[in-house]
Amino acid sequence: MKTSIRAGSKRRFTRAALKAGAATLALAGSAAGFAAETIKVGVLHSLSGTMAISETTLKDTVLMLVDEQNKKGGLLGKKLEAVVVDPASNWPLFAEKAKELLAKDKVDVIYGCWTSVSRKSVLPVVEELNGMLFYPVQYEGEESSKNVFYTGAAPNQQAIPAVDYLMNEVGVERWVLAGTDYVYPRTTNKILEAYLKDKGVAAGDIMINYTPFGHSDWQTIVSDIKKFGSAGKKTAVVSTINGDANVPFYKELGNQGVSAEDIPVVAFSVGEEELSGFDTSPLVGHLAAWNYFMSVDTSENDAFIKKWHAFIKDPKRVTNDPMEATYIGFNLWVKAVEKAGTTDVDAVRKAIYGLDVPNLTGGTAVMLPNHHITKPVLIGEIQEDGQFQVVWQTDEEVPGDAWTDYLPESAKITADWQDPAINCGNYNTETKTCSGQNY
Amino acid sequence: MKLLFALLLALMAVGAGAAESPDTATDEPAATFEAVALGLGSASFREKTALVERLAGFADPRVPVLLETLLAGDLYADATTGALYIGKADPAPLVGATEASAPPDKLRKVITNNSLRSALRPLIAATRLRDPDPEVRARAARTLIGEVPLALTPTLEQVTATEQHSEVRQALRTALASVQLADADPGVRIAAVRELADNSDKQILTLLEQRARQEQEADVSAALAEAIAALQAREKWFAFFGDLFFGLSLGSVLLLAAVGLAITFGVMGVINMAHGEMIMLGAYTTYVVQLLMPEHIELSLLVAVPAAFLVSGLVGIAIERGVIRFLYGRPLETLLATFGISLVLQQLVRTIFSPLNKSVITPDWLSGSWQINGMLSLTYNRLYIILFALAVLVTLVGLLRKTPIGLQMRAVTQNRAMASSMGIRTGRVDALTFGLGSGVAGIAGVALSQLTNVGPNLGQSYIIDSFLVVVFGGVGNLFGTFVAAMSLGVVTKFAEPLVGAVLAKILILVFVILFIQWRPRGLFALKGRFVED
Repeated sequence: MKTSIRAGSKRRFTRAALKAGAATLALAGSAAGFAAETIKVGVLHSLSGTMAISETTLKDTVLMLVDEQNKKGGLLGKKLEAVVVDPASNWPLFAEKAKELLAKDKVDVIYGCWTSVSRKSVLPVVEELNGMLFYPVQYEGEESSKNVFYTGAAPNQQAIPAVDYLMNEVGVERWVLAGTDYVYPRTTNKILEAYLKDKGVAAGDIMINYTPFGHSDWQTIVSDIKKFGSAGKKTAVVSTINGDANVPFYKELGNQGVSAEDIPVVAFSVGEEELSGFDTSPLVGHLAAWNYFMSVDTSENDAFIKKWHAFIKDPKRVTNDPMEATYIGFNLWVKAVEKAGTTDVDAVRKAIYGLDVPNLTGGTAVMLPNHHITKPVLIGEIQEDGQFQVVWQTDEEVPGDAWTDYLPESAKITADWQDPAINCGNYNTETKTCSGQNY
Repeated sequence: MKLLFALLLALMAVGAGAAESPDTATDEPAATFEAVALGLGSASFREKTALVERLAGFADPRVPVLLETLLAGDLYADATTGALYIGKADPAPLVGATEASAPPDKLRKVITNNSLRSALRPLIAATRLRDPDPEVRARAARTLIGEVPLALTPTLEQVTATEQHSEVRQALRTALASVQLADADPGVRIAAVRELADNSDKQILTLLEQRARQEQEADVSAALAEAIAALQAREKWFAFFGDLFFGLSLGSVLLLAAVGLAITFGVMGVINMAHGEMIMLGAYTTYVVQLLMPEHIELSLLVAVPAAFLVSGLVGIAIERGVIRFLYGRPLETLLATFGISLVLQQLVRTIFSPLNKSVITPDWLSGSWQINGMLSLTYNRLYIILFALAVLVTLVGLLRKTPIGLQMRAVTQNRAMASSMGIRTGRVDALTFGLGSGVAGIAGVALSQLTNVGPNLGQSYIIDSFLVVVFGGVGNLFGTFVAAMSLGVVTKFAEPLVGAVLAKILILVFVILFIQWRPRGLFALKGRFVED
């Protein structure tokens, strides 16, 4: 009895294994077959869970860009094919899905990730499988991977210029650094604190405040800010509060009667998308620092908005900064593939350095050897209609700096993937070596 | 500082004037009101600030209208001629054009920024000092406290001397005293300090503190120190009341979120992980109600309360009848099943309403704050939520204690077999009790839609807090839930300024865990034979 069961199960197992093997073969065959006909673009953005609110738009942006490229006749004579997966706002799942895209679907490039923790989770996978990831969101810097291209802002392209603006143009002397408690605000505020102290701001004039994710009871914090701001010196809040937690924060500011004229709030993660559909009248005058605003008046931007509205079939949808970063990343990759004549990751990577494409604000974005790009910095004030009015901008594009100059431990580190003498993302200019890890 | 700024402005005004007509000199304003006003449309922010300062100096009757329209963001300029209009859709000519003149080709909004707006406010206030309405005059005077442009001081003195209305005169004297703090005569300074010492206003305290740092005269310094001490003592008190209010309002939010759970978990013993989603459904119901009645937003919340109760209640009954009733007595399975339901509901909402947050409009009567004095203001939305939470609690207690269905609910939860043999249909009562708990969660959703984002994840942020409150208060005890919610709220809000929001949350959790170790049945444990061990 026992033996027969075992034999039976063994037979079943063999049959199953055979089937699985055949399926794998078939899959591999079909994948190889496809690869000859189409170029695959992986899309790794959460379509469910907490981050779906921000990331779904970027998935649609990539689909629109792929669609448009195909209408132009594809790339290298082949059609582009988007492969969309849903990592569901679950950080470990990001790594699994990235592996799936690279190993199973054999995509040539990936557009994806929003939060820094999702990027950190994907990093080892794209490095191991030698993939190519374009990351379109402003982030805290301190990273440069061989396989990742950062088309969002580094701190010197968003946070530092915003603080400069407040200090020089608005005359702010007292600073509240408020953020959600995770890696991006912590690192950004560390950099900003060092920068402010460097500029001669006393420790007593800096207040740092962290709140848990999804914090919704802002009464105490707003009243603390009010108290801190009533010391007779011009005060501003630099907010790295995450996405939608900003809405109750601004609401509380409005309710407690803190206006932008008294204490302006400059935010790094509030864009058109976050403000859309929200009654912005209590927010008028508060600031945001980005590299793109929907309200920018250029022909490139008009065309982009028109295309977006036609694609998404909703004339009320807004565009935002990470969408522009995706657009730039996509165009840079297309140009690099055309230059290299292949989609091979190493060839495209070598071809992309120094390439430039127009951005949507009337300038050009150049891919630098440290895998960051040049970007203009714009400061906008929120208007009643949920759009931003640009009140200040840099004269020219600012090159992205992977390692900030304002923290002593990273000031001596530089990233250069083009110079054969360096060829790493974390070259220590004092010891003249790269540290062991790849990023 | 102020003087310097004014000088700078004057210089810039000269610069701007010179650019327009080279022969203009500072002492004879040759430029007419019209000429200056027409420059607004094409000026930079910095130039605009200088222009409005100059405009405020003209006696033209259009000045107040112009400044107010500019502040309101309703001023438009003809792109070519610079003529100014009010409104865009149906532009009314203001300067440089008349009803008869040709309609403008292209109107551009005269945009403002923060510094321009803050320059405008005192200028506008100054034009309002002679308004016939005492309310308007008082508000204008209060705007001027600490912000009086130097040029306005004589006007202010004049107006203060002639003002009849006592409240307005008081406000004017405070505004005037805020300027006189820097007067050359020490006697005037002391009088100003005495005048200001009676106010309960954070801004005045700041002004006094600033002055104290520069003051040379010993007499004035003593007066200042005395006034500052008095104000600081008052500030401490009001800060305490402020924190208490914050704590009570957080407590009432916790109470609202937890009271439904106190029924499903506390009374029935069902670990309902989908409780947060019932709250979310209530919030979405509010959103839908507002979509259906866009003309009556002010009343939408009153409609949303019963609607949310019904929606969440019916979903709750469906869950109880469809899933939970098969799992009574198996807490682990119930936990997993309801967790699954919560994920299903979230994704359902995401599919129907999109993953984007929905904006629920806050009616005017819920916005803003009740300014008690310069040191204490209570926000209306929080005030109403405290009252609302108490009303919900009282209604629930009444329902459970005084009505036949309440009696049946208590009977079934205390001794199911006995209740059943007395002729109570226990299945029906289970469904109704669960429906009631879920419905109350829906009502909580209506209130939360006014405080936080309405999105698919709304419920998740409240589920842990809800369990915390119910367990801390004592399972099965509504009064315990009330005391637990309020005390956790107040403790959190008093801890937050000291240790920060993140650590405060951790400390509360640790405290509750230790407390449960000490009193496993919570603050108010049920006693009696029916309590299971």
